Amino acid sequence: MPRKRRLRPLSWLRPGTRGAALAAVVLATAILACLLVPLLWPLDQSAVALDRINQPPTWTHPAGTDDLGRDVAHRTLYGLRVSLLIGAVAALVATLIGGAVGAVAGTVGGWTDRILMRIVDTVAALPHLLLGIFIVAMLRPSLGAVILSIGLTHWLSTARIVRAELLSLRTRPFIDAAISGGASRVRVLTRHLLPHVLPRMALATTLMVPHAVWHETALSFLGLGLPPHLASLGNMINDGQRSLLTGAWWASLTPGLAIVVVTLAIAAVAAHWRDRLDPRVRAELQL
Amino acid sequence: MNGLAAHEVTVAYGRQTVLDRASIHIGPGETVGLRGPSGCGKSTLVRVLALLHRPDDGHVSIDGNPVTGARYRVAAAVRTRIGVLFQSPRSAADPRLSLADIIAEPLRATKAERIQDRVVELAYTAGLTTDLLRRQPHAVSDGQLQRACLARALAHRPDYLLCDEATTMLDASTQAHVAAVITDHQHRHGTGVLLITHDPALMHRWAHRVIDWPPDQAAPATAVEHADHH
Repeated sequence: MPRKRRLRPLSWLRPGTRGAALAAVVLATAILACLLVPLLWPLDQSAVALDRINQPPTWTHPAGTDDLGRDVAHRTLYGLRVSLLIGAVAALVATLIGGAVGAVAGTVGGWTDRILMRIVDTVAALPHLLLGIFIVAMLRPSLGAVILSIGLTHWLSTARIVRAELLSLRTRPFIDAAISGGASRVRVLTRHLLPHVLPRMALATTLMVPHAVWHETALSFLGLGLPPHLASLGNMINDGQRSLLTGAWWASLTPGLAIVVVTLAIAAVAAHWRDRLDPRVRAELQL
Repeated sequence: MNGLAAHEVTVAYGRQTVLDRASIHIGPGETVGLRGPSGCGKSTLVRVLALLHRPDDGHVSIDGNPVTGARYRVAAAVRTRIGVLFQSPRSAADPRLSLADIIAEPLRATKAERIQDRVVELAYTAGLTTDLLRRQPHAVSDGQLQRACLARALAHRPDYLLCDEATTMLDASTQAHVAAVITDHQHRHGTGVLLITHDPALMHRWAHRVIDWPPDQAAPATAVEHADHH
């Protein structure tokens, strides 16, 4: 008889999932650093120090200084803070819009479904970076404008996922059994449909965070994101490219690495989570 | 007339007509057997009788009262008078819930009282031990899960119970137990049972009356009358 394996906390630390564990540690460190840095090492966003511009990495400035004498490591932490905040909130906004559209299309059906899905197809046919630039250009550069621009252009995949999931769930006999047992429409939705869809929505949100971070960076790089004096990863890379020709590679390297490492970590954790969400994998883990 | 009845019911999926002016009547306390080849509309008839599918034409009546609409449009008090036992317990049970929650679900949906006691009582009737109640569907066998589905179907003490090949996937002992539980319930509450099965022995032992499906449209009275086996 096969040995029965119980699902234990931290079972994801088993061999084979070390990559995901490493990614989780990197991500947790980054988030912790972002949360603690304003308390331990506050930054005056508009301060400049013209006596130490473009200094290469030293012990006092481990990632060097930029062309206005600002500490690159310090600003990268602040930039990561802004980028992660925008990424998370924008992904959440996109998921809420997509979830609502998908839920209405998937539960009401009929003409409502057809019209909503044609809107989704139409928006999906437009280049979304261009659409995002258009939205941001109509508003004043601010955190809210960037979040809105990313949120309004990235809800489509979530809407499709939620709708497809609901359509397949709706015809399952256990929904019939619930209706036959006297459940109301609201009860079926809250008790049987949404609990099945929510983990997938949460996963879609997480997978969207790195994408949203890249978008924030792209918008700031193009000068359409946050006001230039604010430390954001996109702004820093944009500023850093001016110094690249003079040989000051460090000004854009650190923020660039920060984006790559953190977004890869989020993606790795989300991918691991996605694999675990698969019912077959989950059943094997639990039995 | 007392009983659950479908009157001249027509159901089409797209261009394919599955039920064409079909009628059936299940009296209180009666067991009606229904047999026929796969894909002949038996399951659709069950869905129509269970008020889960609105027929394109014709209607369903309960104790002479016609029911309009289907699913959520029918009052919960009417819907719960008809219990359904599906063929596959796997797909008829929410994989997220424990067996206790699956049985309690109809009681919670209608805000019944003493839910905990009723769940234990129903599980005992269906032959489930209490340690199984905490498990989720993936951790129990098909037979155990079907017992939970049976307990759920009986939660509202339905006046009519529709069994859509409910014992096909079960082993012989579970099959016999499920049949015994339903028969016992039938004797105590006067439940009318519609039994769809491919098992001639089960059909012969249990059904008062067997209908071959689809009924010959030219001669609608093809019901085979059996002597009362009970």
